[in-house]
Amino acid sequence: MEFLFASGVGVLTAAGLYLVLRLRTFPVIIGASLLTYAVNLFLFASGRLTIGAPPVLMDGVTRYSDPLPQALVLTAIVISFGMTAVVVVIALGAYLGADDDHVNDPQESDSEDRA
Amino acid sequence: MTHWIVAPVVLPAMLAAFILLVVRFHLNLSRVFSVAGVMALLVIGAALAWQASDGTVSMYQLGNWAAPFGIVLVADRLSTMMVLLTAVLALLVLLYAIGSGWDRRGQHFHALYQFQLMGIMGAFLTGDLFNLFVFFEVLLIASYGLMIHAGGNDRLRAGTQYVLYNLLGSTLFLFALGAIYAETGTLNMADLANRVEMIAPENSTGIRVAAVLLLLVFAIKAAIAPLHFWLPSSYAEAPAPVAALFGIMTKVGAYAIIRIYTMVFPPDLETTGGLYGMWLLPLALAGLVIGMIGVLGAKRLDRLVAFSVIGSMGMLTTAVALFTPAGISAALYYVIHSTLATAALFLIVDLVRTGRGQAGLALRAAQPIAGGPMIAALFFVAAIAMTGLPPLSGFVGKLLILDAAFGTPLVWVTWAAILGSSLIAVVGFSRAGSVMFWKSHQQRDTFSDDTLSGDQLGVAEPQGPKARIPVLELVSVGGLITLLVLHTVLAGPVTRYMDATTQQLFSPGQYIRAVMDVPGKDLSTDAYHADDAKEDSGPIGDRLGEPVTEEEN
Repeated sequence: MEFLFASGVGVLTAAGLYLVLRLRTFPVIIGASLLTYAVNLFLFASGRLTIGAPPVLMDGVTRYSDPLPQALVLTAIVISFGMTAVVVVIALGAYLGADDDHVNDPQESDSEDRA
Repeated sequence: MTHWIVAPVVLPAMLAAFILLVVRFHLNLSRVFSVAGVMALLVIGAALAWQASDGTVSMYQLGNWAAPFGIVLVADRLSTMMVLLTAVLALLVLLYAIGSGWDRRGQHFHALYQFQLMGIMGAFLTGDLFNLFVFFEVLLIASYGLMIHAGGNDRLRAGTQYVLYNLLGSTLFLFALGAIYAETGTLNMADLANRVEMIAPENSTGIRVAAVLLLLVFAIKAAIAPLHFWLPSSYAEAPAPVAALFGIMTKVGAYAIIRIYTMVFPPDLETTGGLYGMWLLPLALAGLVIGMIGVLGAKRLDRLVAFSVIGSMGMLTTAVALFTPAGISAALYYVIHSTLATAALFLIVDLVRTGRGQAGLALRAAQPIAGGPMIAALFFVAAIAMTGLPPLSGFVGKLLILDAAFGTPLVWVTWAAILGSSLIAVVGFSRAGSVMFWKSHQQRDTFSDDTLSGDQLGVAEPQGPKARIPVLELVSVGGLITLLVLHTVLAGPVTRYMDATTQQLFSPGQYIRAVMDVPGKDLSTDAYHADDAKEDSGPIGDRLGEPVTEEEN
């Protein structure tokens, strides 16, 4: 299970990084989303992988799943969702304004700026 | 337990919501509430700093839950100093934003401004790593809104880059937090300090990876050498008051490095030893040199100032990377100087932009601007401070850093980089200033009408597009410059205070005891909760216990 989980995180991260390096807004945003999925899974795993353990600390149970990573993941999901929404809106604004969806700066024409 | 520690976080949050919901259509009311809120913050910040100045570490448990389970806010010398600095900067920058009308050019400036302050204050006060992440996100999401305030294609493009870069930074932060939690089982800084110490060096792979990841995250925020690429476009394209306020955001990264790496991963810790001397110092020096070369190479005044921010962050990180008490103390002195100088320069650049109208900020001679001598004088004072020439505080700060670097093995490289880059910065700033301010006058005198190009036609009307005297703006910039001068004049007492702060940072026992030894709410004596526990334990235990047994069967 650990191997499968770790590979899942790894593949998501690799795919996310590849897409982020594409430098057009749509792939970059998809890539960033994949990265946030990867990190959410990673946070889950930071409380150790258990199956069927009760989720909260209670009397008389020795084996329980760590509740904290779940709270962390919940926060992380909310935040990354909000951030992704913001970047979609800003990127859309930039695309509609400049009619160009490249993330990097356009080539400047040097001659104009020289003093 | 005093509740005032949480006030710098709660007050802007409430005020932002109030401004957004109640007075958003009334610009003047928004301004009044915003200024009043920042002034209240200033008073609270001063009171907290005064309380912490005798060395007490006060702590606030949110919801009265004990650390490490609850979230704590901690006010010690360092965090209250940063809170006070933020409040001072926020007030002056807000006055500029109101005076120059920047807050009128888009929606919700004041609400976003307050949210931004909430995030910054929270990041300085929190004693919990995950909470630090949350406050980073609060300040970032507000900064996204402020960054693209007033719109425009270039600004939106720079905004996209800025948001994406920080989105990746946040992801990295979460990876670091996950790794730290997996290794230690806690995210409270004081608790972490105790537990990281207990990790044996042979089992330290995970925590070392986490320490480096965390350093990378803070390096992104602090724009340290290979991770600085987001800064020039963002700061140059952001509205001037926002860029001036962003001056404190790079310091949030520096603050986090100082805080985490003196307390949780101190330099004498065996597991992470060598991280700073080997990696951070060369990168900091590289950042210093790159920033100052950027100053020389920049073709626009706003980018020039943005590169000088990278240079000054490099200088700051150099002092931090020494990780000696003298180095940290010098770094703290430099933090205040660099924040004020950065803000002053960005505001002055905006005055120049307003004055030059069509000619913009490209480094070439154009018509002389209205109030030129005054603005030129302010620019040169701020530039002197930024490049670290005597007599202003940049010089004192640089001297302290040079002095702190004296005993270290890399002293020659460090000195060469600091002094060489200062020279480059001086050349860059004087070239920019001469072209922008002096050459313009020469051209007016020597050019005859038929040689004028389209850009210089405005010379015919030397009054320029700006007729009114920018009182509030000059008050704001003048205030920043006055603070810089005060920072120089009072260098003795300030340095002593920084030494005391550093001492507190290097003996984190007091901080750890203040956080860990205070009990939180006691549920066993709480009638309501005690009943709850009795009633709930049975049924929930049964319900949740079942799947486990089924699995095992």
